[in-house]
Amino acid sequence: MALKAVEDKKKRISFWILSIVSIVWILPIIWVISTSFKTESEAVSGGLNLIPREFTFESYRYIFTDDQHNVLFYVFNSFRAAGLHVFFYLIVASLAAYAYGILQFKGRDKMFWMLVATMMIPVVMNLVPLYSLMITFEWINSLQALVVPGLGGVFGIFLLRQFNLGIPRDIIESAQIDGANHFQIYWRLILPLTKPALVVVALFAFMANWNEYLWPLVVLNDDTYRTLPVGLALMQGNYNIYYSRLMAATTVSMIPVMAIFMVAQRYFIKGITMTGSKG
Amino acid sequence: MKPQDAKSLRSRLVPGAFFLPHLIIFSIFFVFPFFYGIYISFFDWNLFNPDLREFVGLDNFRRILFDSDSIYFRYFWNGLRNTLTFVVLSVPPLVIFPLIIASLMNVEPKGYKIFRAIFYLPNLFSIATLVLIWRWVLNTNVGALNLTLGELGIDNIPWLSEQPFAWISLVLMTVWWTIGGNMIIFTASLKEVPDNLYEAGDIDGASIFQKMRYITLPYIRNQLIYITIMTTIASFNVFGQPQLGTEGGPDESTTVLMMYIRNIAFTGGRPNPGVATAMAIAMGVVIILIGVGQAKIIKRMGD
Repeated sequence: MALKAVEDKKKRISFWILSIVSIVWILPIIWVISTSFKTESEAVSGGLNLIPREFTFESYRYIFTDDQHNVLFYVFNSFRAAGLHVFFYLIVASLAAYAYGILQFKGRDKMFWMLVATMMIPVVMNLVPLYSLMITFEWINSLQALVVPGLGGVFGIFLLRQFNLGIPRDIIESAQIDGANHFQIYWRLILPLTKPALVVVALFAFMANWNEYLWPLVVLNDDTYRTLPVGLALMQGNYNIYYSRLMAATTVSMIPVMAIFMVAQRYFIKGITMTGSKG
Repeated sequence: MKPQDAKSLRSRLVPGAFFLPHLIIFSIFFVFPFFYGIYISFFDWNLFNPDLREFVGLDNFRRILFDSDSIYFRYFWNGLRNTLTFVVLSVPPLVIFPLIIASLMNVEPKGYKIFRAIFYLPNLFSIATLVLIWRWVLNTNVGALNLTLGELGIDNIPWLSEQPFAWISLVLMTVWWTIGGNMIIFTASLKEVPDNLYEAGDIDGASIFQKMRYITLPYIRNQLIYITIMTTIASFNVFGQPQLGTEGGPDESTTVLMMYIRNIAFTGGRPNPGVATAMAIAMGVVIILIGVGQAKIIKRMGD
């Protein structure tokens, strides 16, 4: 009885603290969205009002029809690069995870842990040589430069292998007795069974590629394939003091990831928990 | 060749068919650049005219590390000092703050899933989105923060253009941006701490802080090590916040090592990728040493 009361009190205190902090947390986002619906003069006239006095879509109209730096074009470019990257990464990573998690061969675990150990090497060390390689491949300013190098990532294989190790051996052995070869087992058995893990890997690979900033900044030199983060950074200079336009572009950049998050929140949490608790 | 031999040969080739696509890409885009980078660092490298490259041995390292007459020496040490400043200022809040939130979340108050979503949300934004949000909120004349402080009678603060505010702003936006991941890992690991340990603590009359120090922290030690090291590495690689937020200023006081590396390698009248790569290698070595050192210290603290 007394314990229950203590428990309730804890819950109440925690609720109130978290409420206040999370309102503070979300206010910048609301402030940004609010600014995007204000007129430029209201945006800079310095009111803290979250509801625009004069509600307008003018900034959105402007940025959607801007033919110099168009935010929708950058969104499209980002989706294309990240989408292609995810598609190929799922294939490459799930194949490798099958080798390291299901198949038995000599030196398997040693190979796998060596791969994982390379994740400790700071990425900055590869920046210049990778750029140099792009010059050799003639991949500067290409879609391949955004899609391909990241396919070597180990993170997704680590996650998928973890899942594969949990699959009971009998299932695989009985499939083999039925005459299935490994490609059939991979395609018809393992992929469907590891679907939740594949979703997690797809989401993280997508987000990582979508948010990449430094690499596209150095490897692209015009708008052809330019992705959203670099495009936004350019708009910061271009729209300069047109805060309503800038905030409209910012809002547009938030929408896709917020939509993905709303649909797939539990996969994000599962993915982070899986990597963190194995650490 | 007997049929069984052919079969066993084929079954020996099966693993390769599965791991080779990745391993080949990994070798080309990770392993090769790693060694190629070390090679580059021994040259006065020219990205666009390979014939002009010249072997200089360890001279690039000597210039950035010891040659106080060289501009690269100043860049490297200023960059390293600024990066270390950011690491020291940002890692404690990035570890402690999510731990506190996770502890509050751990009693599962009403609506905790909504709170969790709100704290995680900024994590999804790209660096450019993050900086645009905060440059607007922190704007000196018409930003929401200064307007709010103005209501309280505090004069406008130049958040992004003067120290120490520039550092405070960079840490603030990084905390806002990235605590979500650490919070989720902490929430999951706090669930694993058995309730009866806390009950035993209550019986012995332990305070909240004592329970944290003697029950919670030792129990979640592995996650704590993981988070601290990962957060430190992430903070070491800081680039976008100062590049877009403070533009390295005021007076290059927030120009971090990554910014110098990028500038030296790719921009300016005469890019010098050899020096930039030498800097990147030196930075990589520092990151690895600090990571290993942290793991040792935290392990010992727990014993």
